[in-house]
Amino acid sequence: MTATISLPLTRRDAAVRVARRRAALHWVAVHSLAVAAALFFVLPFVFVFLTSVMTDRQAITADLWPHTWQWDNFVKVWQTDGFLTWWRNTLLYAGLGTVLTVLSSLPVAYALAKFRFRGRNLALMAVISMMMLPPQVIIIPMYLFWAKQLHLTGTLWPLIIPMAFGDAFSIFLLRQFLLTVPKEYIEAARIDGCSEFRTLLKVVVPMAKPAIAAVALFQFFYCWNDYFGPQIYASDNQGAWTLSYGLASFKASHHTNWNLTMAATLLVMAPVIVLFFFAQKAFIEGVTLTGVKG
Amino acid sequence: MALVGTPVPAALKRKRRREALRTLAFLSPWLIGFAVFFAYPLLSTAYFSFMRYDGFSAPTFRGLQNWSYVFTDYPSFWQGLRNTLWLVVVMVALRVAFGLGIGLLITKVKTGAGVFRTLFYLPYLAPPVAATIAFAFLLNPGTGPVNALLGDLGLPTPGWFTDPDWSKPALTMLAMWGIGDLMVIFMAALLDVPKEQYEAAELDGAGPVQKFRFVTIPNISPIVLFAVVTGVIQTMQYYTQAIVAGKVASGVIGGSGQQFEPGYPNGSTWTLPQMVYNLGFQRADYGSACVVALILFVISMAFTSLLLRRKSGLLASED
Repeated sequence: MTATISLPLTRRDAAVRVARRRAALHWVAVHSLAVAAALFFVLPFVFVFLTSVMTDRQAITADLWPHTWQWDNFVKVWQTDGFLTWWRNTLLYAGLGTVLTVLSSLPVAYALAKFRFRGRNLALMAVISMMMLPPQVIIIPMYLFWAKQLHLTGTLWPLIIPMAFGDAFSIFLLRQFLLTVPKEYIEAARIDGCSEFRTLLKVVVPMAKPAIAAVALFQFFYCWNDYFGPQIYASDNQGAWTLSYGLASFKASHHTNWNLTMAATLLVMAPVIVLFFFAQKAFIEGVTLTGVKG
Repeated sequence: MALVGTPVPAALKRKRRREALRTLAFLSPWLIGFAVFFAYPLLSTAYFSFMRYDGFSAPTFRGLQNWSYVFTDYPSFWQGLRNTLWLVVVMVALRVAFGLGIGLLITKVKTGAGVFRTLFYLPYLAPPVAATIAFAFLLNPGTGPVNALLGDLGLPTPGWFTDPDWSKPALTMLAMWGIGDLMVIFMAALLDVPKEQYEAAELDGAGPVQKFRFVTIPNISPIVLFAVVTGVIQTMQYYTQAIVAGKVASGVIGGSGQQFEPGYPNGSTWTLPQMVYNLGFQRADYGSACVVALILFVISMAFTSLLLRRKSGLLASED
């Protein structure tokens, strides 16, 4: 730091120093913005959590930090009438729905991606139209169908059974992925005398694992989150409610404060978030796949 | 087409028939699904829009009366349509802009990019009902942390979900919280922009703004278009969050939703899809419900047709 050591700066050094300082400023600016954004995304979870462990008395105040940590709020929610049933129903709906969707959508997606046939583009357009159709458009005839013809309202079957007949979004996403599977693999299997079905099972499925995982996750989340479906078909029968539907009625039906409602909210969010951490990569790849890839 | 007129050998014919059967077999689950869960109910919706039907007595022909009822007498049709359009314009625009901003930010982050990406993505996963209830708590005017904070800073403390002027902005904020899907799509698009183009622009003396304007935007514009169109289609279906926010904020969360004032507060969260539910399942007027359903269908398909154009790439295939 003494003046004797410092040499006169050349113009090059000055330029480097300016560039370095600019890079450092840029780093600070970008990362401050990122921290601010992170607060926006994370603080809601934090406040929900802090309130979920407050006492009943404290939860009606504007306090942000719990005086005592009431962990048994979660136990109370768990033991609420119906909560366990809603869990079971949700798992049935989401689990069975996911399995059926993957099994029924994969062959369709394969045919749309790899077979050449007349009307293929038309079929694909129909898939996209189905994918974009608001569920409310067809809900009246569908409800009448399940209620008057099959007498299955009051259960979740009207939501599960259709998934055995292909899900447009899953078909589309799988087809986008299968387009990227090189033709040579499939032709090689054909030359070896594999039937199309065996080719799909032995050659295509192992290669399409990430896409299948993404589709399964999306469908699981879709069922888990569905509110409209259970409202239409199962609202009259509390025994058939799902978590998402039951949660919406939680606060009023218990006339409790925000603490138990927030605990219930967290219990509904938790499985989805845990699942995400186990399958983050497949999930993000899946989202990217839904975007246009020309 | 050169083969037209020449007889097709029997073996080739057989092969073609086998291939057609195979295609049919692979497509069969969806073909049934298409017929039973798409084509039939669509035609049926169109049919019922001209009928009087309450679910019990046999449907009777009503001509265009359901249509004129919805347009002139159904009390909140125009308000609901206005709300839906408000959401389509404001919510979609802000979501796309914010998603692009966050996507851009995450591509610039050098330290802890993985952690930031996960944190930014997480809210997208929160189940809509849970996220809406969480926001109804965060924004509740009495004890909510957001208003407590705003109050401490001496800023105005709106009623959010209880104030007709603030309920849609509150829903918009909720939608921007769950931006993860758009962030990932934009991030992928931004990373796909060829580096050489930026370098070339730099050589030409372009600053950051010019690089964004003349290199980034043209490269990602198809993805922006895709995000806008799918955003519009999703927002046309906006239902769960609006209903749950209204129910929680009004303090009435009856299981079947019978006593709940639709669109609380003051009809400000009332949207087209809720009308289908209200007309069909609360008023047992299936005919008029189908009229609204058809309106919803026409608007959604108009936007879907934008996605079906060749340019957008949704129909692209390898051969």
